[in-house]
Amino acid sequence: METQQITYREALNQALAEEMERDPLVFLMGEEVGAYNGAYKVSQGLLDRFGPMRVLDTPIAENGFTGLAVGAAMTGLRPVVEFMSFNFALVAMDQIVSNAAKTLYMSGGQFPLPMVMRGPGGPAARVAAQHSNSLESIFAYFPGLIVVAPSTPADAKGLLKSAIRSPGPVMMIENEILYGVSGAVPLGDHTVPIGKADVKKTGRDVTIVAHGRMSYMVLAAAGVFAREGIDIELVDPRTIKPLDIETIAASVRKTHRVVIVEEGHRFCGVGAEIADQIYSTCFDDLDAPIVRITHTENPLPYARNLEAASLPNVDQVVLAAKGVLYRA
Amino acid sequence: MALSAARASGDTEPEVAQGVLTRDRLTPRQKRVVDELGRERLVAMYRQMVLIRAFEQRSEQMYQQRKIGGFLHLYMGQEALGVGAISALRRDDYVSTSYRDHGIALALGMDPKACMAELFGKVTGVSRGKGGSMHFYSKEHHLLGGHGIVGGQTPVGLGAAFRAKYMRTDQVSLIFLGDGAVAQGTFHESLNIASLWHLPALFIIENNQYGMGTAVDRALSVHDLTLKAPGYNMPGVKVDGMNLLDCYAVISEAVNERRKSPAPILIEAKTYRYRGHSISDPATYRKKEEVEAYQRVDPILQVKRLLAELGWLDEAASKELDRDARAEVSAAVEFADASPEPDPSELAQHVYAQ
Repeated sequence: METQQITYREALNQALAEEMERDPLVFLMGEEVGAYNGAYKVSQGLLDRFGPMRVLDTPIAENGFTGLAVGAAMTGLRPVVEFMSFNFALVAMDQIVSNAAKTLYMSGGQFPLPMVMRGPGGPAARVAAQHSNSLESIFAYFPGLIVVAPSTPADAKGLLKSAIRSPGPVMMIENEILYGVSGAVPLGDHTVPIGKADVKKTGRDVTIVAHGRMSYMVLAAAGVFAREGIDIELVDPRTIKPLDIETIAASVRKTHRVVIVEEGHRFCGVGAEIADQIYSTCFDDLDAPIVRITHTENPLPYARNLEAASLPNVDQVVLAAKGVLYRA
Repeated sequence: MALSAARASGDTEPEVAQGVLTRDRLTPRQKRVVDELGRERLVAMYRQMVLIRAFEQRSEQMYQQRKIGGFLHLYMGQEALGVGAISALRRDDYVSTSYRDHGIALALGMDPKACMAELFGKVTGVSRGKGGSMHFYSKEHHLLGGHGIVGGQTPVGLGAAFRAKYMRTDQVSLIFLGDGAVAQGTFHESLNIASLWHLPALFIIENNQYGMGTAVDRALSVHDLTLKAPGYNMPGVKVDGMNLLDCYAVISEAVNERRKSPAPILIEAKTYRYRGHSISDPATYRKKEEVEAYQRVDPILQVKRLLAELGWLDEAASKELDRDARAEVSAAVEFADASPEPDPSELAQHVYAQ
């Protein structure tokens, strides 16, 4: 298969451009997506190419413009809403929950909402508490919302295309730290199916489940695990909801040990759901309790050392892997 | 005189709508509307108002008989606004409103049987029984809800106006919101964007003067709501919400302008709900005299009198029309009663789009 080496950011840009080219009903809206070319340059060049009716700079009014996207989707358009960071989506929670998630159901099936809400989520670098929320579990909580979180350029392009083609609302949580990361992306109309996890690295000793930046972090540290004599298998869910428990379970049946790594909080975090599904599906295949590595129980502080202490790091994952292998 | 000033001065005649419809005192605008609509259409609009009133009265009874549960917000008293506004639309225009949506739905021509069935939670309901009173939706009639959260509909209706602009059609979007919703952030955000992007959105404030138990002068710092319009660089127009002809005139003019040149408008319609906020609200916050004053300008009685004076609907025909409307509502109740609840398999349907 022919591939191109591009960044996560470029991959998103390509997905947007290709989908907007393919389908005139697709449009992009958000703060600074047009003239500014995107706060993180994801939408670079799109305004020039597609014009101001298809790439819309919004005022700072998340609840208002998300609601507008709902109405546009109800009446036949296919909006892609960019949240400059997903933290700002909290301002739009009413439109996301009361309308985006529930309209199809409440209307007895009359109004599907083909809309994508995307943007960078999770901690970045020292942007402090209000700009560092991991909201996967908040959105995944509500029936009606699909939640995806790509960790590589290939997954980013493929999932964004699938999200845009999806008949219902999809929250796509990217990561600002990953925007500059390069990777191989297949040429052509590359899509990644929603609801399918990906084994980023095969191994025999322990299953690590991690998404987004955490998946990238673990994959980048493969050498560290190898030096410790631990052959990890990294399963990246890619879609948080619907969760591909089958792929995760297949891995658990092989390794019998699980460590879940997430940037979000522990209580009601995504890992709690994944652990529960693993226990329900393949309890007898486990040789140790599942260990979760998460954000600590505090808002994210600004001080460099405190921020570092709040978030998962490779050492913690290595220790956890040894723990479930009873080698610690 | 403002309502609170009237109360403060001890005056027992609260401010009500300006005039009442009577043939001898029609304004030039009202005369134009009568001529434009003609007998058949005006009688049909009157019948819609009568149907809405009968439907709401019956719903009230059905709730008391426990055939309807949860929340029930009745439209009695606001018929002139709903019917007048929607009569000015084409079938391909869009409408969004709050939870006080039965009157709007019926004015759009949605089937009273399916509406009643929705209230009863039956699968034959407009939303297959999954929405209930507050969530009437119709793809066919372009009703975008039925919203439970105050002001939740405001940006959604704006999205439909955006669609019209995007697809370069001359459709318009009517967004009904209450005086209570004016306080919500969505009002500010939606009017700002509508004006900035020149969207064909008609924001119609159904000012029935109370947000649940809170009178407008206790909720909003400015009582003339049209004063907000220039703050968003759009026209603001007042209309007597108890007057069918005025409502039709103002909104059809606004609609026709916007088909030629997309732009938003803020319309404040002073109206009144004869019942409390919802079925469980005894409305002790309103004086009996005030309710009675508004009943004297009952929008239905106004049109009835005018139709009689015009010779377009005499007493006998009027009684027949009433009977007919009540029969239609009774048939709706029978239909709703006889319909089944949704099959349990529908629980998991329509959560995700296929």
